[in-house]
Amino acid sequence: MRLVAMALGAGVLGVACGSSGHERVAATPPDRFGFGRAATTAEIKAWDIDVSPDGTGLPAGSGTARTGAAVYARKCAACHGRSGIEGPMERLVGREPREGFPFGRDRRFVPTIGNYWPYATTIYDYVNRAMPLNAPGSLEPDEVYGLVAWLLWRNEIISDTTVIDRQSLARIAMPARGRFVPDDRKGGAEVR
Amino acid sequence: MNHTPISRRALLARAVGAAGAAVLSRSGVAQTPAPSDPTKVPGRPLSDLGQRAAFERPRRVVAGIDQGISLTPLQDLSGIITPADLHYERHHAGVPTIDPHRYKLLVHGMVERPTVFDLEALRRFPSVSRIAFLECSGNGFSAYRDVKPELTPQLIDGLTSTSEWTGVPLATLFREVGIKPGAKWFLAEGGDAAVLTRSIPTEKGWDDALIAYGQNGEALRPEQGYPARLFLPGWEGNTSVKWIRRIEVADRPFMTREETSKYTDPLPNDTARQFSFVMDSKSIITFPAYPVTLPDKGWWEISGLAWSGRGRITRVEVSSDGGATWRPANLQEPVLSKCHTRFRSLWHWDGREALLMSRAVDETSYVQPTLDVLRKARGPGTFYHFNNIRSWRVRRDGTVVFGLEG
Repeated sequence: MRLVAMALGAGVLGVACGSSGHERVAATPPDRFGFGRAATTAEIKAWDIDVSPDGTGLPAGSGTARTGAAVYARKCAACHGRSGIEGPMERLVGREPREGFPFGRDRRFVPTIGNYWPYATTIYDYVNRAMPLNAPGSLEPDEVYGLVAWLLWRNEIISDTTVIDRQSLARIAMPARGRFVPDDRKGGAEVR
Repeated sequence: MNHTPISRRALLARAVGAAGAAVLSRSGVAQTPAPSDPTKVPGRPLSDLGQRAAFERPRRVVAGIDQGISLTPLQDLSGIITPADLHYERHHAGVPTIDPHRYKLLVHGMVERPTVFDLEALRRFPSVSRIAFLECSGNGFSAYRDVKPELTPQLIDGLTSTSEWTGVPLATLFREVGIKPGAKWFLAEGGDAAVLTRSIPTEKGWDDALIAYGQNGEALRPEQGYPARLFLPGWEGNTSVKWIRRIEVADRPFMTREETSKYTDPLPNDTARQFSFVMDSKSIITFPAYPVTLPDKGWWEISGLAWSGRGRITRVEVSSDGGATWRPANLQEPVLSKCHTRFRSLWHWDGREALLMSRAVDETSYVQPTLDVLRKARGPGTFYHFNNIRSWRVRRDGTVVFGLEG
């Protein structure tokens, strides 16, 4: 035991005595260190799955509420309910109330895709990356388009024959679109 | 140390014993054979990994399975640091297992040099450490929307924790990849099964954002984003994307689910506040608090935590008469920006019913509001950012319950 302790002590001492060149320690940092490596186009493409409100990032493919209904029944209904209302997980469908956006002042209303989501493209982005919970990222583009169409139809935003694809999805006007405002809190005395 | 966790538990044991239900606090003690005289028997040998005293059993409260939360036992902690294994959790699809040797962070979009950093590269950059809180913006829900007497500090505000975070400033990586003119936002994406995404202004990246790989002196816990996470001091926890795998720089926000349908704040004027990143100033008394019972009147030290996402706490005031009068509490050094601050206030309890409150003031002169003031600004149905004053009612028999006023 003592031998080990002595060896450790000698090692530490050795490092301390051996450190010379301290004049280099305070060197000015460079603009760039050159750490990391260039990303390849292929690895960017593999991970760059986000979809923006203008449709950027949407893949080829299409679906309608009719094609989506079968996918929904098979892969989504167990958690979200047969018609997107029953749960047990997040309620997806509902337009109540038809007028106004009373969620702040009235606790009775449940936010859904139909009454709260401002962008239809977000549905594609989220379902594609995170759903279904037990097999995330497993859906084909046509399945996702179909599910988006079914959800928009159930929320009475499109008809059951409307084709949803990379062109049409970005043009969908969601009921809650105009409701969102930037944060105006600034600290200071005023409570906002 | 006037009120270490064990003394609080002893108080609780006394109270529970008196009530005739002695189950709660006994378990940890009963299982541990302690010699009657520890000076007369040799102690345990050395070990390569320490563990808590067998008499101490702080635990998170878990709600949910893979999509839920677990809350930090604020009432069991002293000082400001949260032990890493008690840091609160909020996961959207469970805790991923990520091999550090295969980990990579991709930075692309409006950059001169799209780049992949592995963990070794991240750790080679000049590093910084800072002690800062991390808080879920849903913290305090029950103090605003689900008030009842039987609430503990943990159940009310356990979705906040403080750690020393170590990592590379995101600004360093921004310089490394060359942010193009016109870039205003970046998408932060996690490598978990939710592949969770948030849009963050590049301004925050240049300011004080970290890619953190260290927590309280060791590697991040898996629950906190191992091997690397984004850490945005003072901002709602959801934006500090864990297990970060990708940053895409852009000229506009991406409008992800977590910044549209979630983490937005409906207001009474039929709008919803979006990108409400900063956590407003807040405080909570963690002792005395439910379910503790004060066994007798006399001197007690009121203790709690205060914090603000906008900077330092400059003042905490304490009231024992429901807000009629206030007196300044002592702030324990260090008082750090965007960090839990421990406050203490000596109190002589006269045995009559008391309503204890604390209110925090930060360096912008923001004063933690009453429930009425906050409800007027935000509406009763708002979903996040519940920083109203919390109160505790001390009854004549010494029992303490969450106060419904405040």
